Amino acid sequence: MRDLVIQISYLTASVLFILGLRSLTRPDRARRGMQLAAAGMAFAIVGTLINHQIVDYRWIAAGLVLGVIIGYPMGMWVPMTAMPQRIALSLTFSALAATLVGIAEYYTRVNAGEALPRPIMTAIAFEVLLGTVTVGGTLVAAGKLQEVITSRPLTYRGQNLVNALLFAVMVGFFVLLIVHPDRQALFYALIALALLFGILLVLPIGGADMPVVVALLNSYSGLASCATGFAIGNVILIISGSLDGASGFILSILMSKAMNRSFTNVLFGAFGSQTTVGAKSAAGLSVRSTSVEDAAMQLAYAQLVIIIPGYGMAVAQAQHQVRELSELIEARGGEVKFAVHPVAGRMPGHMNVLLAEANVPYDKLYDMDEINGEFDRADVALVIGANDVVNPAARNDKSSPIYGMPILNADHAKSIIVLKRSMAAGFAGIENELFYDSKTSMLFGDAKKSLTGLVSEVKNV
Amino acid sequence: MLLLELYVFVLAAFTGYMVISRVPPLLHTPLMAATNAISGISLVGSLIAAGAAHSRVATILGFIAVVCATSNIVGGFLITDRMLKMFRREGGKREAGSGKRQSVRS
Repeated sequence: MRDLVIQISYLTASVLFILGLRSLTRPDRARRGMQLAAAGMAFAIVGTLINHQIVDYRWIAAGLVLGVIIGYPMGMWVPMTAMPQRIALSLTFSALAATLVGIAEYYTRVNAGEALPRPIMTAIAFEVLLGTVTVGGTLVAAGKLQEVITSRPLTYRGQNLVNALLFAVMVGFFVLLIVHPDRQALFYALIALALLFGILLVLPIGGADMPVVVALLNSYSGLASCATGFAIGNVILIISGSLDGASGFILSILMSKAMNRSFTNVLFGAFGSQTTVGAKSAAGLSVRSTSVEDAAMQLAYAQLVIIIPGYGMAVAQAQHQVRELSELIEARGGEVKFAVHPVAGRMPGHMNVLLAEANVPYDKLYDMDEINGEFDRADVALVIGANDVVNPAARNDKSSPIYGMPILNADHAKSIIVLKRSMAAGFAGIENELFYDSKTSMLFGDAKKSLTGLVSEVKNV
Repeated sequence: MLLLELYVFVLAAFTGYMVISRVPPLLHTPLMAATNAISGISLVGSLIAAGAAHSRVATILGFIAVVCATSNIVGGFLITDRMLKMFRREGGKREAGSGKRQSVRS
């Protein structure tokens, strides 16, 4: 009877999770749907608490209370600008939980003198392996996103060789462990190696590639939960873990497509460390810089302005000024649209969340495919702290490292205004021809200051 | 049992793929936050490890896992809700909210 109740609670939770995720296809239904998913979670927790295996509730109660104390601020007080590192850190948590459950399961069974069946041992090994790689990787990713660790790629000679060797040793230990489940030293060595591997895997990856990495680690952490489900024979863990894994998998594919790069290239390519080779040099070309007054004049009289936000907007935290400027242009009769490149920023959907926070209605935010046809009739393309995603070299310079990457057609607009701190190259370390285009004018300086200036000038026009 | 679990895995992964591939890029960050929250389901395994009283080591590992998973659930669902609340259509209506709230505001 008790088991039946537990199973029903898990079934209910699974259905509600899937409905919750499905609701995310529509912004107007999403909130309600996720509340259903939260209710599903409550069902699953209550169902588990009546499990007859649980005999002592003291540690559980303490853990739940402490978890709420840590989780509440992580949910309510973390600013939207810190979202990428916060997501990375919560991936650390979920992978850590899966790993620890795996270790506890292994420890208990081995010390009870039980012979671990091969399938269970395989599941536990997968669980701790994926879990620990994710813990190491996400910690480094969070450190890079928070800029505790340099977001430049850290590379050294023979790096890929070291990683490949480490991986081979891990696979060897993995197989040995499944053949001899009682060799505890192997088990703990595997965990240590996996942690090291996770750290070394992400260290050489630069900040702009983080969307792919975070999505990929999301998928690993999902698979780790899945393996937990196999190890302890729990179906809801398998279901939720595969949902999580599928989501991370889809996002990482979308992200790497948007950069026209393969997984292997992202993971082992160490983009941006030494790539100026082959890119067109800027010698002999000149940029035209403009003043806040002139730029404001252009914007004030434009029929259609397309704003292209990039990581620079996030760094300057200029999203509120962007919204103010767009409202002013609209009040004067112009039309404003936002063009969001899939990999703009440091995580999937980064720009959308920042602009939504600044109260930009979501029907003004357009994906690359929706907006690219409209640049031809745009009077001004306003590029705010974006670089590689508008670099025409991706279209027409075969020697460029970003050749083939789909870009926003900012260069098709009648005129282009670029807000940029200085002439430093973008993340990929390549010159951007767009800046030298005769239609382009550059407005140098901090994006927030420039935008504040533009806002007050447009008001006065 | 293992075979049954494999069935569940394959079907759930397939369902997940179908459902999630339809999520628009607009909501990709909330999607990540939401799957983070749902991944807190590993609490189910953690609770059993923390409460089964097999050994001191297992209990403590389970306890840490409970803390991690719970903070993901609480933090994850709260932040997803906070984000979704921000997405609105033109005209100031908080479309992401419930139907009732929309009619009050508009």
